[in-house]
Amino acid sequence: MRIGIDVGGTNTDAVLMDGRTVVGWAKSPTTRDVSSGITNVLKDLLNKTGADPKTVSAVMLGTTHFTNAVVERKSLSKTAVIRIGLPATSALPPYVDWPDDLRDAIGGTYYLVHGGYEFDGRPISALSEQEIRESAGKIRDMGIDCVAISSVFSPVNPDQEQRAAEIVMEEIPGAKVSLSHEIGRIGLLERENAAIMNACLSHLAVRIVQSFRNALAGLGITAPFFISQNDGTLMSADFVEKYPVLTFASGPTNSMRGAAFLSGLKDAVVVDIGGTTSDVGVLAQGFPREASVAVRIGGVRTNFRMPDVLSFGLGGGSHVKTDPLQVGPQSVGYEITTRALIFGGSDLTTSDIAVAAGMADIGDKSKVAHLDKELVQSALHRMWEMVEISIDRMKTAPGAVPVILVGGGIILIGDSLNGVSELHRPEHASVANAIGAAIAQVGGEVDRVFSLDAVPRDKALEQAKNEATQRVLKEGAIPDSVEIVDVEEIPLSYLPGNATRIRVKAVGSLAVD
Amino acid sequence: MWNITVDDVESIAIGAGILGTGGGGNPYLGEIWMKSMLKQGYSVNVIDLNELHDDALVTDVGGMGAPTVGIEKLPHGLEPRWAVEALEGFIGKSIDAIICAEIGGSNSIVPLIAGALTNKPVVDGDAMGRAFPEMQMSTHFIDGASCVPTAMADEKGNQIVFSHLTDSFALEKFARDLCILMGCRAEMAVSVMSGKQVKRSAVPRTMTLAKRVGDAVRRSRRTKEPVVDAVLDVTGGREIFAGKLIDVQRRTTGGFARGDLVAEGIGEYAGDWMHIAFQNENLVAWRGDRHERREVVVCVPDLICLLETETGEPITTEQLRYGLRVTMLGIPCTDKFRTEKALKVVGPSAFGYHDVTYNPMPKVPGQGIE
Repeated sequence: MRIGIDVGGTNTDAVLMDGRTVVGWAKSPTTRDVSSGITNVLKDLLNKTGADPKTVSAVMLGTTHFTNAVVERKSLSKTAVIRIGLPATSALPPYVDWPDDLRDAIGGTYYLVHGGYEFDGRPISALSEQEIRESAGKIRDMGIDCVAISSVFSPVNPDQEQRAAEIVMEEIPGAKVSLSHEIGRIGLLERENAAIMNACLSHLAVRIVQSFRNALAGLGITAPFFISQNDGTLMSADFVEKYPVLTFASGPTNSMRGAAFLSGLKDAVVVDIGGTTSDVGVLAQGFPREASVAVRIGGVRTNFRMPDVLSFGLGGGSHVKTDPLQVGPQSVGYEITTRALIFGGSDLTTSDIAVAAGMADIGDKSKVAHLDKELVQSALHRMWEMVEISIDRMKTAPGAVPVILVGGGIILIGDSLNGVSELHRPEHASVANAIGAAIAQVGGEVDRVFSLDAVPRDKALEQAKNEATQRVLKEGAIPDSVEIVDVEEIPLSYLPGNATRIRVKAVGSLAVD
Repeated sequence: MWNITVDDVESIAIGAGILGTGGGGNPYLGEIWMKSMLKQGYSVNVIDLNELHDDALVTDVGGMGAPTVGIEKLPHGLEPRWAVEALEGFIGKSIDAIICAEIGGSNSIVPLIAGALTNKPVVDGDAMGRAFPEMQMSTHFIDGASCVPTAMADEKGNQIVFSHLTDSFALEKFARDLCILMGCRAEMAVSVMSGKQVKRSAVPRTMTLAKRVGDAVRRSRRTKEPVVDAVLDVTGGREIFAGKLIDVQRRTTGGFARGDLVAEGIGEYAGDWMHIAFQNENLVAWRGDRHERREVVVCVPDLICLLETETGEPITTEQLRYGLRVTMLGIPCTDKFRTEKALKVVGPSAFGYHDVTYNPMPKVPGQGIE
């Protein structure tokens, strides 16, 4: 049996699955320290199901914690960027196309230094170790220890980013350094953006992963522990500490895969309403529709491979301001159980509105009895309108579409929505995310330089695909489920022999139980 | 005359992305470059060809390079000004106006940046009505305009002026080699032409056309109408295929991003395959089976544009990747490229496809590229 956990901004959900059967589930508020929320929900789950922790063969954890931090501009560390590439690139400096508030939240500090490579491996200019050292010194003096380093053509030659990292570590002992070539692909701005976001999450990542570990250990669960990443595959916990940005959009992937699993629908729009944000995605033939071009996260352009998802600031914990009427994007998040009116707090939230309207029965409804009826109605309509607009934006043709509602916040939604043909609320919808995590896939990647003069391209691709498939099988995938999801070739024209970097990724469903 | 706004830049970038036929570089970077300049207080005017004096001095501004390099090695910021100033220094006179060398891709925005940096107006038109990979593929040169003097500048501040060249093919060869030395990216001020010459040989009103295509795309995104239809309406083109990319093969040789793609049909195209050869831009589209090309559907100089099926977003050749779902459009090119003389320079044989015959796509009067 395996456990799927979803740590949202508001609730932590857990499911115990035996093959394709949901044995049981539990839901508990996310706590500030994260780990006690996980402990609570797992205790509850083990209690309800009577399962022995020793029989758990794997724990899969999905978290929107890092995405939320960026969307809400909360818990982010001040981050400085060192970009290597002068005299090139100064027309479009780091942070150039960022939302002002996010840039301000992490300081927006950057230094451009001489160096970088041409496409063919020649230096653009000599790497200026002096400029890097001076920049690092200034960064240290500002009290910043999160540093993103980007360099022109680093996916082709990462040397200068690595050297810059050494210098930064010398100048700022213990610095958290994110290197762009380890995170993104060709496309300097997008790759650098991903590195910056990774860097500004690095302190949070260590804290969060540690708390995950503590929670599991405390309950005597010794099974291997995985965290799901943006493409729906799993990665080890150590890996997440270094690359928290790779968890971006894992929430939507999990919820869409969970929604497809629960509803049996293959083509539909999935609306996942969490505590802080909602995500709208599209299922096409049972899989999340992938964003083809650049994806913006929290307003920042990236070139990750991820599901095409529209996130907006509506959740069960969203603040409702009355004069003028405004819903979200601020949320009480995991503090909903103390701060919402229905739980005796003093913040008016969307959940309070739903309870006042008689659409849900949670907390103490007498605490919202005083709310003005007109206010309740107009707040409800505002919330529904937010969902309708987002569904509409994800449509590619006019006309009504089937919608699957999942997530804990579906209590906010009435019986119908404009532009929706059928509204599905499948059983276990409130824990679709955790189910998606539990059924997450394993991935295998091959990333190697082939000399296409020595090996014909067809053969090289075939070989890379086979190796990737073998790796997935070794990770425990069911052979029939393995498919190639990504093939990328980067010609390295500065090396002889028609050298080409070939990157192939295969995924498959994990065979467990 | 109109003054360029942030809104215009957004529309032009979208339209130029579509007219780029997969090449010309992603206009996104030019767009944010130009927008950040407008924010800093720079300004630029676009004038109609009729507003140009016959004896005005006009230069063709655009960048040269490989798109895969363009998204990685970003510009220094002054290259377009350096190129124009190098030209002015050489002729000892001031240039009166700038015209776009290539309306497709990022080169649609570069002349606006040059105009803003040098305080000169930009003429509404270009030399291609699309994007093309080589310099001789210009309506001015096909018409007989001289290709010298021409200046190029890189991000390091290197500025080179060509004073004498045998013809525009020589310009392409020398400039390309220098461009590779410059790291596959250079900005150019090409030729000093009279207003009279430009009025005769430019593809007219293409800055406006790019803006109209962009406006139409933005409008249909708002109203949820199919973006493809909006593009076809403004450009007078037709849909030729819709499918999923199952193979993309690329190589960077001689300073170009060359390659081939194979798409497998979806929906009404199921059971069909489309092959496209590209050299920065999409050159020839063949219908065929999975492994073999059969009949030519559209070829240069007509435009082959790939849009992402779901969003209608144009896809540049460097964004092509396995699994992408695309709708392919054919758009008729400018009449100036359909003469026998022009086809020797921009037809399929000019790209090495000697077995491909150009059959002009039918034009819709009053629509599309003039």
